[in-house]
Parts: sequence; structure tokens; C-alpha cells
Amino acid sequence: MPKFFRRDSSKKQREKKTDRGFLVFQNTSEVIRAEAVLKKEGWNIRVMGPPPELRTGCDLVIEFPVVEQLNILRILEANRIPPTKVVPVDSPLLKPVDLFHTKDFGRYLMVRAANMKLTIDKETLKIVNISGGGCPDVPYLAEELVGRNLNIAPSPRDIGHTLCAYCLHLAYEETKKKCSV
Amino acid sequence: MLCLIGTIPLKGLPVLSGEIIKNDNNVTIGKDSFPIHRGFQAMITAAAMVCSEMGLPPPVGFTVGDIGLGDGSRKLYSYLKDNLLDIPAKILTFHYLMPDVFWHDQLLWTIEKRSEKPILIADAGYMYVAKMSGFAPSYDLFTPDIGELAFLADEKAPHPFYTRGFILQEEHNVIPLIKRAYEGKNAARILLVKGIKDYICAHGEITGEIDKPNVESLEPIGGTGDTLTGIVSALIHGGYPIEEASILGAKINRLAGQLAQPTPATQVSEIIRNIPTALSMVLKES
Repeated sequence: MPKFFRRDSSKKQREKKTDRGFLVFQNTSEVIRAEAVLKKEGWNIRVMGPPPELRTGCDLVIEFPVVEQLNILRILEANRIPPTKVVPVDSPLLKPVDLFHTKDFGRYLMVRAANMKLTIDKETLKIVNISGGGCPDVPYLAEELVGRNLNIAPSPRDIGHTLCAYCLHLAYEETKKKCSV
Repeated sequence: MLCLIGTIPLKGLPVLSGEIIKNDNNVTIGKDSFPIHRGFQAMITAAAMVCSEMGLPPPVGFTVGDIGLGDGSRKLYSYLKDNLLDIPAKILTFHYLMPDVFWHDQLLWTIEKRSEKPILIADAGYMYVAKMSGFAPSYDLFTPDIGELAFLADEKAPHPFYTRGFILQEEHNVIPLIKRAYEGKNAARILLVKGIKDYICAHGEITGEIDKPNVESLEPIGGTGDTLTGIVSALIHGGYPIEEASILGAKINRLAGQLAQPTPATQVSEIIRNIPTALSMVLKES
């Protein structure tokens, strides 16, 4: 009997699944190719039948660590087998955040997407701060982007690896749109 | 002993540990020195400064290099699983780590073998995985901002990226979000919610609100949440109850920010240098 830690009984069913996602592909042969590529790269993935919400016939999906989505997508895109859909295992109908919050500080503009905020100097288009987030690439991305011009700064999607990097990428794209870059 | 656990964005840095000391422009963990940037370094620097000012033993850091691939995080998880039982930690503050439920649970079961439960604090990636694991109520303190609070309030979201749109991430919606996070058992025993107004909540009830000094330009500055987690951890190490440490920490962090006379372009290192003055002013007042 545990002394300190007891999981909420309603959550026992989804034990070990909450940090996993599904990659959905056009057809089974793409699933098999993607599985080979990802396993060769050392990823902890498995091929399985899709849940009812995603089922289209005799199809398969790949289960993967959802937080590391950006890195896995980059590998699949490099191998020309991008998935048609990426969804969390627990709730396959969930969609990525698409609401942005902007705050105008006069000379500076802050754009937030989910947990990530990007702030630029509107006069120089220099990225002056990145805040929020919790995955380990966030401090790395801040070091790579802060101080650089929005026109030449690398895209978080290209150098990040996690869902926090993906959120930052959304804020980055929205900022570019707002500044007509 | 106060243990601070997290990653540093350096490729190839091995697992290392040691006492944390702030020097002029760097922070050291054991013999290794790091620049004071946002993230884990900001958190441990703030904690080390508070410990030093209060005459407490310095915190002990456990870190590894990880730029987001998760390789370093997994090495650190593995190291802690093998060693955590022998580390006499009274307080464990987990910070930037790749969220991984398997490894999170491994650490929890290691802590379970101890005779006494340490105080558990989670921020950043470790707060995400603590929620995902279903063990959030086993933690003593989470320190979310508004976007992260919405994630805690959404029982379905595996990461803030998937927080559903109807769960409004607006300052005026903070109280319903807090309620929803507790009802879904996705909150720690105590929450310190960072925002225009900081909220301290215990067992679902709001027990403190701090909105002064109100320095709007602190919100965009990366690392101000990290310093808050470090300050509160150190105050708990100094014997303050968690709720009181959260209230004092929120005031100290705001005041340190105000003393820096910040703009949205200010960097967190400029705020950190004001922590000793802010600490002294707040503790004197209290």
C-alpha cells in the first residue's frame, strides 16, 4: 500500500497513456515506412489499430511520445512521409491551440500562444524576450532567438523539438503576420 | 536540504550535482559555472541568493545538458532514480525536464520508499508531467501562469498546446480555472498562479492575492517565473510554511522587478541582482 502517493482512481485507466499521441497516415504502407524510419532513429513508438474516432477502415496508427512531436514530424518530413494528422491518444479529437493573445506595450508587442510568449520591439523588429513554456528546448530557443531580428531569426519549428517549441512557432508566425514581415 | 533539479540547454553536458553558489555574473553547481540566463539557471540563482541572504545552507543542484531532445532529461531521471533514496532532501524542486510519465512515476516510487515525504514543488515541464501522471494532488506546490493554469484546468489536454479553446485563458477567468483544476484533481495541494494579480490557493480556496507592485512590463520578461519558483523554494527551506512562502515570494519577485525599472526588453539577470534588496524590504515589512 503506498504511503505517500495515490493516483486518482478515475485516472488509473489512462495510466501511461497521457503523454502519448497518434500519428495518422494516408495508408498502411506509409505507416510501415514511418515505423521503420522512427525505430531506426531509436524512437519509442508502436504500431496499433486506431481508436473509433480515427478509424477509416483496415488502418493503423503509430503511437509516439506526444511532447516530442516537433522532432518526430521533422524526421518524417525529411523522409517524405508526413502524417495526415497528429492527435493525443486520450482525446483524439483535440486540436492544437489556435487562439492568440496579444498585448501592446507601446514600442513592444507581446504575442502569446498557449503557454509561450514572444515579444518584439516594433521599431527594430528585434525579438527582445521569450517567456513561458516548460520543455527543455525553451531556454535553448530563447538563447537562439532573443536579440535577433524577426526577419532573420530561425523559425522555432526548424530548431525546436517539442510542443512548447511548436507553441512558440505559432506565436512567431502570428507576430510576423501582425508586423507584416 | 533543498534540492533543485532541472536541465541546462547545453549539448553534451553530463549529469552533475553540487552546491549552488552565485558569483558575480555566473552561477556554479559544484565546480561547474554557468551564465545566468532564463530557465533553470535563473531559478537556482534566485534560490541561492535568498539562501545566502538568510544565512541558510546553499541549495544543491542536479542538472544535465538538454536542448529539447530529451536525452539529457532521461539521463537525469535515471540518475535520480538510482540516487534519490540516499539524498537527504527535505524539499525537492523539479523544473525544466522533458515531460515523461514513465520516468516521473519511477521517481515517485523511489520517493515512496523514503521514511518521510519531502516537500515536492513542480514548475515548468515537470509540472506538466506531474499533471499528466494523475499524481498532481501528491505535490505540495505548482507555480503556473495563466496559460499553464488553463492546461491544468483542461482534464483532457496532455500539454498546453492542446488546451481546448473554450477554456478561456484570460486573466478575468482565473478563478473558474483554479476551481476547475482542483475539481479535476489536476492541481497541487497549493497553487501559486502568476499573473497581473498573483493568486495563492490551498485545497481549492484562494487564500492570498498579491497585485502590488504592479509592473506590467514584467510579463514578457523570460525567467521571472523561474526566479519566483527559486525564491519560494528557498523561503520554504528557511522554514516558512508553503502558503506564506508563496505570498512573500510573490511580493519579493514583484519588488525585485520594479527595482530594475524594467521595459519588456529587460533581461532576467537585471532583475535577479535586485533580489537581496527586495528580500530585505519584504521581510522587514512582514
